[in-house]
Amino acid sequence: MTNVLKKQKSTGAHINKPPIGKRIKKELVRNRYLYLLLIPVALYYLLFHYLPMFGVVIAFKDYSIPKGVLGSPWVGLKYFKEFFSGIYFKRTLTNTFVISIADIIFGFPIPIIFALMLNELRSGIFKKTVQTVTYLPHFISLVVICGIITDFFGMNGVITRLIERLGGENISYIASPKWFRTIFVSTNIWQSFGWNSIIYLAALAGVDADLYEAATIDGAGRFKQLIHVTLPGIKGTIMIMLILRFGQVLTVGYEKVILLYSTSTMDVADVISSYVYRMGISGGRYSYSAAVGLFQSVVNVVMLLIANRLSTKFSDTSLF
Amino acid sequence: MVKKKSKSEWVFDVFNVLIMLALAVITLYPIVYVLTCSISDGNQLMGARGMMLLPKGFSLDAYKAVFNNPNILTGYRTTLIVVVFGTAINVLMTAIGAFLIIQKQFAPRKILTYLMIFTMFFSGGMIPTYLVVQKWLHLGDSLWALILPTAISTYNLMIMKSGFESIPDSLTEAAKIDGANDIVILFKILFPLSKPIIAVMVLFYGVQHWNSWFQAMLYISTRGKYPLQLILREILLINDTSGMGATGSIGDQYMIGESIKYATIIVATVPILCIYPFVQKYFVKGIMLGAVKG
Repeated sequence: MTNVLKKQKSTGAHINKPPIGKRIKKELVRNRYLYLLLIPVALYYLLFHYLPMFGVVIAFKDYSIPKGVLGSPWVGLKYFKEFFSGIYFKRTLTNTFVISIADIIFGFPIPIIFALMLNELRSGIFKKTVQTVTYLPHFISLVVICGIITDFFGMNGVITRLIERLGGENISYIASPKWFRTIFVSTNIWQSFGWNSIIYLAALAGVDADLYEAATIDGAGRFKQLIHVTLPGIKGTIMIMLILRFGQVLTVGYEKVILLYSTSTMDVADVISSYVYRMGISGGRYSYSAAVGLFQSVVNVVMLLIANRLSTKFSDTSLF
Repeated sequence: MVKKKSKSEWVFDVFNVLIMLALAVITLYPIVYVLTCSISDGNQLMGARGMMLLPKGFSLDAYKAVFNNPNILTGYRTTLIVVVFGTAINVLMTAIGAFLIIQKQFAPRKILTYLMIFTMFFSGGMIPTYLVVQKWLHLGDSLWALILPTAISTYNLMIMKSGFESIPDSLTEAAKIDGANDIVILFKILFPLSKPIIAVMVLFYGVQHWNSWFQAMLYISTRGKYPLQLILREILLINDTSGMGATGSIGDQYMIGESIKYATIIVATVPILCIYPFVQKYFVKGIMLGAVKG
């Protein structure tokens, strides 16, 4: 009996596993066209994603262009210490968190509520029109959006005039430190709520119609159906989107910050990425700014993992 | 069987429609405002108050000034080049990438998928990427710097993968039996069968290139190579309407400067506004496909 098993095992192994060189050769020959296609794709990911990831070692070095990445001396955590003990650490971290958290608190539920309300509309044409209109700002360039924002919230801008008529002052609100973040977050929501609702509409379309029928038979009104059928039906999607959003908690749309901030609003507007940009690209402090950028990436990944863990624990939904 | 609506349901429905209407107006109003201002008379615009639903006077001087601006024209040209070539490369590379990770007999398939997805959550960051592109590959001041570093969006690649996966295996297997190799299968079978998803890709990438400005700010130093959005930024946000060819006194230039801003916005956004209504349904389809498996 054992003999037979042994024999089977050995022959099995023999059939499944020819020498490794031969197997590689066979695979290369069989999939030669795929390997040909792999070259450009692999090169792209290597050059523009993985090379920069290894390039991040300059955060621990005193990088200078003539010496190169490998030739520059190691300095350990010098640049991280410099960032954590400098005045910009508190400022950029606070601004990033305040803007990001406000964006999550106000910006995250709105597309969900919007999708739910849209879903209750009976008229097909009206629904389609509202969708078409509200998705539109997503496609307008950030430069144009920011141009419109500075115009509308500037001195004599259309919104400033409206505020004036309601008893406010005619000042440039976008240049006011008191209002910058509010304008930043609310225009974010304005630009994205329609587009972000698509994913929830897709989830809503996937909720089993039989469940609604059963609920109606049980005498549940539309509100009760919403609570007991619709929301549980899209809970998974909501959780996934929330986890993903937390993975971006330190990534405030820096392009928008760079387009909108000015010397007067720097104190409340400067976020980590815009600081990295100023230090690294404008200031040429590559190692220091790479360290700040690495800090941001790491916090983002950690937040993603924490959010994912919490979600797995409390709602059985997870990313991986 | 039509169920009678209760009173509270009526209230809700009316309320709901009103809110939706309000949201649509809020979304659309800025665009309408910009459009009306751009065709208004610059002089009358200065003193204008109110919501500007109708143009104050009528003048196309601002548009003339915009089209006489050499920067806008070169910007348009650069942007068109990047949109056309960039998008072509994007779609090609994304399709190849998606094709590779659905090949079950392809040994590095799993590891390749992991390596791709990992880049969605972690990156070297702005500075190392900048150094690679600028100092190491020497792509600075070349339009390649606007095309190659964003050749594939992994998110779009996953959408494309879902699209390819919806094509029945039997088709590709039949082609294989007929002796078609993988490259033929990709371009002669999967491509023609995935027209809607390719349309989505063309649009996603095309819009992205059209709207992109930050990369150009990082890598392009010659003014003649500035894409449209970078020129726009100067006009809209750094308030530089010089070179706008407005003849006459400084006062005139200032007057026209206001409406020039709006006309520039329209000129730069019109292509998107024009194609948008026709392709909207594809965008939605793309997002839905992406949602199936993130």
